[in-house]
Amino acid sequence: MQKDDNKYWQENIRILTVLLGIWFVVSFLMSVIFVDQLDAIRIGGFKLGFWMAQQGSIYVYVIIVFVYLKLMDKLDHKHHHDEKDILAQEEAEELSQ
Amino acid sequence: MNLQVLTYITVGITFLIYIAIAIWSRASSTKEFYIAGAHVPPLANGLATAADWMSAASFISMAGIVSYMGRDGSVYLMGWTGGYVLLALMIAPYLRDFGKFTVPDFIGDRYYSQFARMVAVVCAIFVSFTYVAGQMRGVGVVFSRFLEVDINLGVLIGMGIVFFYAVLGGMKGITYTQVAQYCVLIFAYMVPAVFISILMTGNIIPQLGFGAELNDSFGGGYLLDRLDGLHEELGFAAYTEGVRSNLDVLFITAALIMGTAGLPHVIIRFFTVPSVRAARKSAGYAILFIAILYTTAPAIAAFARTNLINTVNNAEYVSMPGWFKTWENTSLIRFEDKNGDGLIQYVADAEVNELTVDRDIIVLANPEIAKLPNWVIALVAAGGLAAALSTAAGLLLVISTAISHDLLKRNLMPDISEKQELSFARIAILFAVCVAGYFGINPPGFVAQVVAFAFGLAASSFFPAIVLGIFSTRMNREGAISGMIAGIVFTATYIIYFKFINPAADTATNWWLGISPEGIGTLGMLINFAVAIGVCRLTAEPPQEIKDMVLDIRVPGKPD
Repeated sequence: MQKDDNKYWQENIRILTVLLGIWFVVSFLMSVIFVDQLDAIRIGGFKLGFWMAQQGSIYVYVIIVFVYLKLMDKLDHKHHHDEKDILAQEEAEELSQ
Repeated sequence: MNLQVLTYITVGITFLIYIAIAIWSRASSTKEFYIAGAHVPPLANGLATAADWMSAASFISMAGIVSYMGRDGSVYLMGWTGGYVLLALMIAPYLRDFGKFTVPDFIGDRYYSQFARMVAVVCAIFVSFTYVAGQMRGVGVVFSRFLEVDINLGVLIGMGIVFFYAVLGGMKGITYTQVAQYCVLIFAYMVPAVFISILMTGNIIPQLGFGAELNDSFGGGYLLDRLDGLHEELGFAAYTEGVRSNLDVLFITAALIMGTAGLPHVIIRFFTVPSVRAARKSAGYAILFIAILYTTAPAIAAFARTNLINTVNNAEYVSMPGWFKTWENTSLIRFEDKNGDGLIQYVADAEVNELTVDRDIIVLANPEIAKLPNWVIALVAAGGLAAALSTAAGLLLVISTAISHDLLKRNLMPDISEKQELSFARIAILFAVCVAGYFGINPPGFVAQVVAFAFGLAASSFFPAIVLGIFSTRMNREGAISGMIAGIVFTATYIIYFKFINPAADTATNWWLGISPEGIGTLGMLINFAVAIGVCRLTAEPPQEIKDMVLDIRVPGKPD
């Protein structure tokens, strides 16, 4: 059990690293540090850097959080930490006592 | 129908809804009072969190600020949304699994120290009072502008409403009123935005109209190009380019992001859901609902700015539309005909400029500027009140729990019964409402300055302590406490120096490394992390049961 929890945590950290990496690139690199360079690219009436800073970054935040939810659901399922599994375990423990 | 009557009816109906919800959701235990019994469904919590978060400042002032700052205004757009990614991924699920009532609960238990708990209590109370004063003022301002009552009477009415549902229902009452308040405020925000977008670009989605071409009656061409052109003509910096240094923008954005993730009234919302998965899910809903308003705000900013310049610049003062005169009466618009030509000169050069426009006008007067029907204007008043009341209620609850739970039950008076604790919680909320009302009626001159303080403090104290408490089993009492104190002292000293002791020196040339007081919380946070990790290495490991607790909150436990 302890070992499995360790593995669960390692995989959780990996998911966090990737998603927070994207979060960092979008928030700080694309919207602040390289904003002027990106402004050279135009999409319709928007300069890309300006759009990232005032619109795009926020859309990416929403996507990141929902992707995280999906990935964690999968991870929970793999390691039997689904809400149903947890309740079933509790019941089994109570019965065996 | 007369605008005033319509506004009274609209605001009256929303208030009746809030009161009805309060009566329906009375709290009978401390668990219900503090965390709504941990039975709030994720969707409802997402809505409540969004209303909790979006304050009078978000609703009334933000679009106006962005409108005047152009691209530099992005610090607020990203700063006040980006923190939700950190909350969702690094804080909310684990603190939900920890399963107590408050942020000081976690700090005190995780760092096995009453001193750490007290540092957290003081920070939570300070940050919340800072914030709530502004909300109460916001309520008063909306009342006085739209309903033409005295500003103080407006504050008192707002206090009465919040008091009623917060004292009766605690977190349970607050949660379900916040759900209703989100619906009111988002509808009130979107309707004028959609109308203006159609009017100026023919696009029904403001986020797309933002990058679209203007209708012929507004001169054609892309909106943002046109706006840049107008700015250049009048001597302002281009709208889509920044004035502040990239480093400062980076630090301010980061301070607001980490501050958001460390604000107790936001974190506490994730204690109210039944499971870890529900906490993750409600964080997703929260950022989605917040994003709707936050992506609309910069669109409104650009529409309103273009519209304003088009309407007023070089136009005859006598031929100004009705709204101009109305808002002139509230002195939010001021015109002084310096060269006596009867025309309005609105330019960057302060010597020549004849028009001063308060930034709050952008949202408040938007419906009138765009000639929208009266019911839309009435709706904006109800929306502004919903935004201010929902945030105020969330903050008042943090103050109340910090006193009755963290200070009394968990520290000074551990033997009180649950019933007594509940009474103390209600008394504490009464006390907090009165203090907040006092600050609303007699606003301290420093409210605007202390908002930077609130975020800086949250970023430099709570955020590192919570994150280290979850992601490091080795972090101990000594490390966390010295880190928090180093972060707070550094951040507070810097802000107090530039905002209170020597405000004249508050310019980019005097700032350390070019970082403004608004952004210094980021450096304070880094100092907190460095000191905490350094001290932790030199001192004893935490007890085994604390390590076990940390391992335990990393894995989803039993749902409520």
